[in-house]
Amino acid sequence: MSSKSLSYILPLFTGALFIGIWYFIRFLLGDDGQFLLPTPHEIIEAFQQHGDQLWSATLNTTRGAVVGFGMAVVISFIFALILSLTPVVRASLYPYLMILQMTPIIVLAPILILWVGPGLASVTIITFLICFFPLTVNTTQGLISTDRNLVDLFAMCRATKAQEIFMLRVPAALPYFFTGLRIAATLAPIGAIVGDFYAGNSAGGEGGLGFLTIVFSSQFKNAALFATAAASCALGFLFAGIGIGLAWLSLHKWHDSYAKTDS
Amino acid sequence: MPSPIPIVKFDEVEKRYGDGPLILDRISFDALRGDFISLIGPSGCGKSTILKLISGLNPISGGEATVESISPRNAAEELAFVFQEPTLLPWLSVQRNVEVPLKLRGVDSGRRAETARKSLELVGLGSRANYYPRQLSGGQKMRVSIARALSLSPKILLLDEPFGALDEMTRDHLNEELLAIRDQKAWTAFFVTHSVAEAVFLSNRIFVLSANPGRLHREVVVDLPYPRTDATRQSEAYQKLVAEVTRLLRSVEDDQR
Repeated sequence: MSSKSLSYILPLFTGALFIGIWYFIRFLLGDDGQFLLPTPHEIIEAFQQHGDQLWSATLNTTRGAVVGFGMAVVISFIFALILSLTPVVRASLYPYLMILQMTPIIVLAPILILWVGPGLASVTIITFLICFFPLTVNTTQGLISTDRNLVDLFAMCRATKAQEIFMLRVPAALPYFFTGLRIAATLAPIGAIVGDFYAGNSAGGEGGLGFLTIVFSSQFKNAALFATAAASCALGFLFAGIGIGLAWLSLHKWHDSYAKTDS
Repeated sequence: MPSPIPIVKFDEVEKRYGDGPLILDRISFDALRGDFISLIGPSGCGKSTILKLISGLNPISGGEATVESISPRNAAEELAFVFQEPTLLPWLSVQRNVEVPLKLRGVDSGRRAETARKSLELVGLGSRANYYPRQLSGGQKMRVSIARALSLSPKILLLDEPFGALDEMTRDHLNEELLAIRDQKAWTAFFVTHSVAEAVFLSNRIFVLSANPGRLHREVVVDLPYPRTDATRQSEAYQKLVAEVTRLLRSVEDDQR
């Protein structure tokens, strides 16, 4: 068997094994099982039963995640440009960036609700806060890691500061930026769901996956909770995929990490 | 007959970085148009620093330096630099890499493309214009780097140990190519190297430097005729010069122990 077809068959095999073990544990649990560990087919039933709710919750969460993530990309980029200018600027702003990152979301959530009210605005801001740090740190690192000789080359050609930044430092920072982007892309849906859990619209209107988690857990609908987890996971994969795709689009032609090797 | 005006003149030039130790101590020389000068000496003798001073990238700390009778800082148009590493922008094609200095000088895109194409042909890489640097070998990358420097049509070419990382065969080939291109373009060259053989093969003058602080220890005149070929390397005169420079270099290094 070729190694290529093996690479398709093996994951299917582990998946089947995993599901087999799942059913076996359910069998061992006996009567308690129905509550503790819903089986895959029960989760699919929950999907059918709560389809509309799950779909609109996923859409709401996606909206918060996309807007928060997009804002984080744009603003972190501008912020990283400012941070990259001099060590003095970095030294004076970094500690506050750390404070932002160190403050747990569950502490910020009530404050945000106080300021902007529950709902999409709060969810977006929480997503933004979670994505902002990895993006800023990576992009800044990229902007200040430009090859010294290239900087000298530009200086010898008497390049302006703007030419140095946009023709040299920004493209050279792209691999770092995309490292941050891939991390942030996986964090964005998690941020939106966590944000929604604490600051989603609990007033009876449109909620996201976080809010739905509260609803289903209060109703002891465990199969529906598993379905919510599956939807969250799918959203996470979608975002991660977009992050990886964007990185590939911009880097695959030239960056060493995409070079083809024999192995 | 009045003596010709030197293209680069150093008069008692000193260099230190900030409050640091003296890097270069009273360096004086006149470089004439068409000279090919190699700088050789132990690590820390400030060979690369001399190139940076000529380029105007770093200011001198004492003495006087002129390029084309003006301060190096204002003479940027006259020179081009080839670094130890190829120093290419990996996200740009070979063609666009060669165009970078021209773009920085505001040359319009049509003339840029034309000049870059000619430059690449000169180094034998006309067919690789659309490649990305990672698709090239070490020697090819260095050729692109040289093409980029040549695209500026410099009067002075500063080369900071450009072939140090290449294998000997490739290095020999590139040395011959470099001289062949120089036949057409007639720039003045300053060439930093660790290889005595390379220095003798390329230069008409070799500056042997000593370290801590960097001083001009001795100048060796290489009176082998150009054009130089592989046959030059076999000649007795060449081998005698290599032996002489090697001995000088060794005595400089022994003095430092």
